[in-house]
Amino acid sequence: MNPTRKRRLAVVISVIVAAAIAVGLTVFALQRNMSYLFTPSQVQEGQATQYPTFRLGGMVKSGSIQRAKDSLKVSFIVVDDAGAMPVEYTGILPDLFRDNQSVIATGRMADGRFIASEVLAKHDENYMPKELKDAMAKAHQKRNIDDTAMKDTPK
Amino acid sequence: MIPELGQFALILALLLALAQGVLPIIGAWRNNGALMALARPAAAGQAVFVFAAMGILIHAFLAYDFSVAYVADNSNLALPWYYRITAVWGAHEGSMLLWVFILNVWTVALAAFSRHLPQPFVARVLGVMGLIGVGFLAFILFTSNPFLRELPMPADGGDLNPVLQDPGMTFHPPVLYMGYVGFSVAFAFSIAALLGGELEQAWVRWARPWTNVSWAFLTMGIVAGSWWAYAELGWGGWWFWDPVENASFMPWLVGVALIHAQAVTEKRGSLPAWTVLLSLFAFSLSLLGTFLVRSGVLTSVHAFASDPRRGLYILGFLVVVIGGSLLLYAIRAPKVATGKPFAALSRETGIMVANLLFTTAAAMVLLGTLFPLIGDALNLGRVSVGPPYFGFLFVLLMAPAVLLLPFGPYLRWGRAEGRQLTSMALRAGIAAVICTGAAVFFVDGRLRAIAGVAGAVWVAAGTLAYVVKRWREMPFGRRFPAEMAGMLVAHFGVAIFLIGVLLSESLSTERDVRMTPGQVEAVGSYQFRFDGVRETTGPNWRADEGVVTILRGGDVMATMHPQKRTYSRGQVQTESAIDPGLFRDIYVALGEPMDGGNVEGAWALRLYHKPFVRWIWLGGLFMMLGGFLAAGERRFRAKKAAANAAAPAKEQLA
Repeated sequence: MNPTRKRRLAVVISVIVAAAIAVGLTVFALQRNMSYLFTPSQVQEGQATQYPTFRLGGMVKSGSIQRAKDSLKVSFIVVDDAGAMPVEYTGILPDLFRDNQSVIATGRMADGRFIASEVLAKHDENYMPKELKDAMAKAHQKRNIDDTAMKDTPK
Repeated sequence: MIPELGQFALILALLLALAQGVLPIIGAWRNNGALMALARPAAAGQAVFVFAAMGILIHAFLAYDFSVAYVADNSNLALPWYYRITAVWGAHEGSMLLWVFILNVWTVALAAFSRHLPQPFVARVLGVMGLIGVGFLAFILFTSNPFLRELPMPADGGDLNPVLQDPGMTFHPPVLYMGYVGFSVAFAFSIAALLGGELEQAWVRWARPWTNVSWAFLTMGIVAGSWWAYAELGWGGWWFWDPVENASFMPWLVGVALIHAQAVTEKRGSLPAWTVLLSLFAFSLSLLGTFLVRSGVLTSVHAFASDPRRGLYILGFLVVVIGGSLLLYAIRAPKVATGKPFAALSRETGIMVANLLFTTAAAMVLLGTLFPLIGDALNLGRVSVGPPYFGFLFVLLMAPAVLLLPFGPYLRWGRAEGRQLTSMALRAGIAAVICTGAAVFFVDGRLRAIAGVAGAVWVAAGTLAYVVKRWREMPFGRRFPAEMAGMLVAHFGVAIFLIGVLLSESLSTERDVRMTPGQVEAVGSYQFRFDGVRETTGPNWRADEGVVTILRGGDVMATMHPQKRTYSRGQVQTESAIDPGLFRDIYVALGEPMDGGNVEGAWALRLYHKPFVRWIWLGGLFMMLGGFLAAGERRFRAKKAAANAAAPAKEQLA
């Protein structure tokens, strides 16, 4: 092999190695940091059990917000049409957080409650985050299908 | 009547843009001087009508013309006049108009400062700018018309999103767009060069100042955006890896690669095809960024409810621009004489390695940003990628860039000598070790802070060593030409930025606490005393304003007034209070009342002590300054009297 070829081979090999490392690290980082969104009813169906942390999306149930007397701990219930999930959070809630607002909380399950590390509220009055809207629609759709399947006499 | 004139102006601008986009390019192809000469007047005409449309929309906001739906949606009688002007770009339609407006600012500047360039080349460049204008004007007219009427006319309007009612917002979008749209100039130069088939180095020399200036504007825009997020969103963070931030950051990263690659191609004639490719990417990412932010494809603060027609148009437009330019590249680029070879140890290699790191970083950000869309398409469920993904990979990619940065200026073009490199590395390395050793005592062994000091001193010492070397070795007047001064200032900015990021990230104290009036909490070496909440009003809001007294060792350092504002349409917005300083910021934000609605009682407060946080933006401003300085290089302005493309190439050989 002449020197030119040798050098080219070295370049090609180092590019391949670098690319392999880059792809490997990217896949690793993606897997570690991907977070799925579920609605309360999907969580209750057990879809989220395999994920240690995930995002919970839904509406804040009216009148469910309760604050602790001596700390920043707050608990509330997130609902979709078919499910409800109690959520606990310690910290300052976003400006738009209130009853009947859609929220997305990031966190994990513990003893049947969702312990949130971050809570986001939607950014304007008439707007629901697209992914949340879709997820809720999907959940309802599934429920409808199940409901019809369970009915003995189709109309 | 007046708003219809605005729409009419836009239609005329579209027609002129068509003329500007098609005729001069045909002229350049057919070598028809008359058609080529149309480029400048058509560009001027388009600009006049676009400026008129912009003026009319501003007028509609100032005159409270709520019969225009866009005005009614984004302003009201109580909104002060300066925010009625910024409301022009407060939502989708107006920001598209702002985009076209700035495109025309660039086009007019190009038309004015391109007298020394060969006519066919100018015709092609202005033609490409015209075609981009066609794309955006058609988008505005067919899907996002800001002049649409709303009947019956409402008595009062809605409101500008309260997060946008901030001084930073008057500034951030126009400057950011100056950067985004500025990359269209580099794009137009590349397309013109590909169309002409004469991939000479000359065009790169002409394109360089434009690229540097737009990159500097983009830097300023990102800095302003980051500052605005810090001050206005009330979370005290300066970067969230939010899709919108990523949208502006990707073109920036590719822009860094591009300005360096252009230097190689201009000065040495190496890597010409790569430089062209990068300018195509930079502009494509700018387009993608504009649309990602404005179309609402990705959920984010800035995204507005989307309209499927818009999405379809955008997708088509992106396919035409990106696909078309890449196709042209594929056909024409092989004609490019392959770049000149260079030794393994040379400035070319150094820049190439840096280029790879920056483009990989941009690709990584792109993947993470678009991953929710990919996940959706592949039916993986509703996925989002968390900030740690970006943080992890970005640090991994930028660490070698920081390590290699001080070597850059020392590397000679063509073939570098190892001796100078080792002596520089020795000096900068010793400086870094000494400073880091000293810093260890102040930062309680926090690893990130130590890494920050080490990296920053390494970069700063290496850069300063080069300044000293130039000072000693070069005669007066030739020591620091604008281009070199710009490079050194920008590299120095990296050092400042590193200090800011790593020290503020690791040394900040952030506490969210519940406080009753009179209560004192310690954060860092400061005591924060909460003195209760009072009521205050502004032009279009009323607010609960907290009074927080900052004490240090019993002395009152500052009194701060964070607010919880309620705007005229009922939206609530946190207004943080910041006591700024070069070495630390004190940041207080008001959460919510803790005892039901009782404002006299306990409140939730965010109390932050952020050392060196200001250096983040200071570093960004240095980088921006470097970009502007480098664009002032005398060589770029040299007039070629009988500008034939061969002359610069000959000069290069000499």
